[in-house]
Amino acid sequence: MNHLDSKFGDYGGMYVPELLIPALDQLEQAFIDAQKDPDFQAEFMGLLKDYAGRPTAMTLTRNLVNNPKVKLYLKREDLLHGGAHKTNQVLGQALLTKRMGKTEVIAETGAGQHGVATALACALMGLKARIYMGAKDVERQAPNVFRMRLMGAEVIPVHAGSGTLKDAVNEAMRDWSASYDKAHYLLGTAAGPHPFPTIVREFHRMIGEETKAQILEKEGRLPDAVVACVGGGSNAIGMFADFIDEPSVKLIGVEPAGKGVHTAEHGAAIGKGTKGILHGAYSYIMQDNDGQIEESYSVSAGLDYPAVGPQHAYLSDIGRAEYVSVTDDEALNAFQILSRKEGIIPALESSHALAHALNMADEAEEETIIVVNLSGRGDKDLAHVHSILGDQNHD
Amino acid sequence: MTNSVANSIDRYAKLFEQLDQKNEGAFVPFVMVGDPDISTSVNIINALISGGADALELGFPYSDPIADGPTIQQASIRALSNKIKTDDNFEIIRQVRAAHPNIPIGLLLYSNLVLKRGIEKFYQDAMNAGVDSILIADVPLREADRFIAVAKQTGIKQILIAPPNASDDTLAEIGEKSQGYTYLLGRAGVTGAETAVTIPASALIDKLTQYKVAPPLLGFGISTPAQVKDAIQSGAAGAISGSATVNIIAENLSQPEIMLDKLQSFVTEMKAATHK
Repeated sequence: MNHLDSKFGDYGGMYVPELLIPALDQLEQAFIDAQKDPDFQAEFMGLLKDYAGRPTAMTLTRNLVNNPKVKLYLKREDLLHGGAHKTNQVLGQALLTKRMGKTEVIAETGAGQHGVATALACALMGLKARIYMGAKDVERQAPNVFRMRLMGAEVIPVHAGSGTLKDAVNEAMRDWSASYDKAHYLLGTAAGPHPFPTIVREFHRMIGEETKAQILEKEGRLPDAVVACVGGGSNAIGMFADFIDEPSVKLIGVEPAGKGVHTAEHGAAIGKGTKGILHGAYSYIMQDNDGQIEESYSVSAGLDYPAVGPQHAYLSDIGRAEYVSVTDDEALNAFQILSRKEGIIPALESSHALAHALNMADEAEEETIIVVNLSGRGDKDLAHVHSILGDQNHD
Repeated sequence: MTNSVANSIDRYAKLFEQLDQKNEGAFVPFVMVGDPDISTSVNIINALISGGADALELGFPYSDPIADGPTIQQASIRALSNKIKTDDNFEIIRQVRAAHPNIPIGLLLYSNLVLKRGIEKFYQDAMNAGVDSILIADVPLREADRFIAVAKQTGIKQILIAPPNASDDTLAEIGEKSQGYTYLLGRAGVTGAETAVTIPASALIDKLTQYKVAPPLLGFGISTPAQVKDAIQSGAAGAISGSATVNIIAENLSQPEIMLDKLQSFVTEMKAATHK
């Protein structure tokens, strides 16, 4: 039996082959022990501070918002080592890997950010990493593939299925079902079977905790809303976790609407999906009438996933968090605006959250404080965005 | 209503009883329903039965089969690219059942196909099509109770998996809950003939007996008559062979007549190895 709750309402669970249950139970136990172990916590906190660069800054935007009633803050996860929030929980899981006496790490990656974070943590800790990446993603994220290999990780292109993130997850789980004795599956988002959604949330919850302390220091009160993008949902759950019990703070998750949620090309699992099981968890997923998984789409590879973490499904159902969606075009627009007005180039993923926050700022009629989780920086997206926009924005 | 009357017979119990009398183990081939298309799929299943299959294990094509290696994945892709639907799968099984009233038919599939149709409706449709058992690859014991409850209501047998790393607690629970047969995993990993089965230690078989699990059929990595023989000698009630069977389909897609001949003689050879 599980020691931690494996479900969020009906969502979550452990829908995996029986074969993987002992490995998931071992992971749950290692996590429970580590959370209570002061030595583990000291090592984790030390790495976050001295290696990754926590706490990250909180920046009040100067020029972005025209509405004088609105203060828009950015939680600067883009400044974290590795270029995105991903490094937080990867360090935690890499420490758990060592604690379990395992020497190898398996991971999946879409845009390559989780792969890069995994590669750097494994280089640091002397773990052998193999990272599954959809063949299409290997092509369109070449710089991140090079980064991973430079840090000693093996990158394995996955040709099966759609050749994107969901197929990389499938392949990682297949690998794990043969290698669990010496390998840890370092899942990259707050999805998948229990205990991953809980572990990933807890190893990212400092995002929200720091935000709370920083905003109290700067403003003397809690924000009116925190806004984060949602693919699998790891940066969002890290931002939300410490605010769930603060009813005055709106929690807003922003899903990728791609070319529009009225088209087939989007990744809004909560907004347009239906309930089902993918990658071990019951949640909102994108599927056809028979339950075959549909391919998602987003300009942002990190949000291009046809499911969502189970806790987000639950927070949506109980009305505690609100989930909206933002199109490719709106995200690209926010990407450019932040670059031009504040000198910060955001990741395309985070640009989705920012785009929605800008709409909120325009519409606000009362004094409003908004915090956007700027989950990653845009360096990885430069070539992609350049190919979309051409040289039009150089005037 | 002939179907439901026929289905009230416990085909697995009857099969194991008959095999016992003949001093044989069971040989159970696996293929993907709808691979590569509806009419060939019906012919394929009939060829397996003509070859001497004791029971059938049938997969339903799924987009994200995490427990399957490349061979079975490709079978899913072939069927899905021919737009095979769940309704088609049940229709194919209905045709097979109409021609073969006695052979046990088991489904091996993934949970989302069941949930999307609704657990009750899926199991009832399976029953009406002539299915005897359902094994859901990504539903471990911990999530199985609501499926087992519906299985009992509809008369379907819920098949449970005993992995090689199972704890005593897990085996005891399988003993309490298993019906029809128990799918004994021959090794870790995913389906595929590339990695051979590990014949279970007699200690494991003894434990299965001790915990009174339904008769164990050994699967994963079985592709030769020698492996079938070893499985049965080790104490398994029979052997399941999936990827080796599906490989014959994949290698002969352009020559369906030869494919059917090869499937039939493959099953005959594998079946011959079940004689104790």
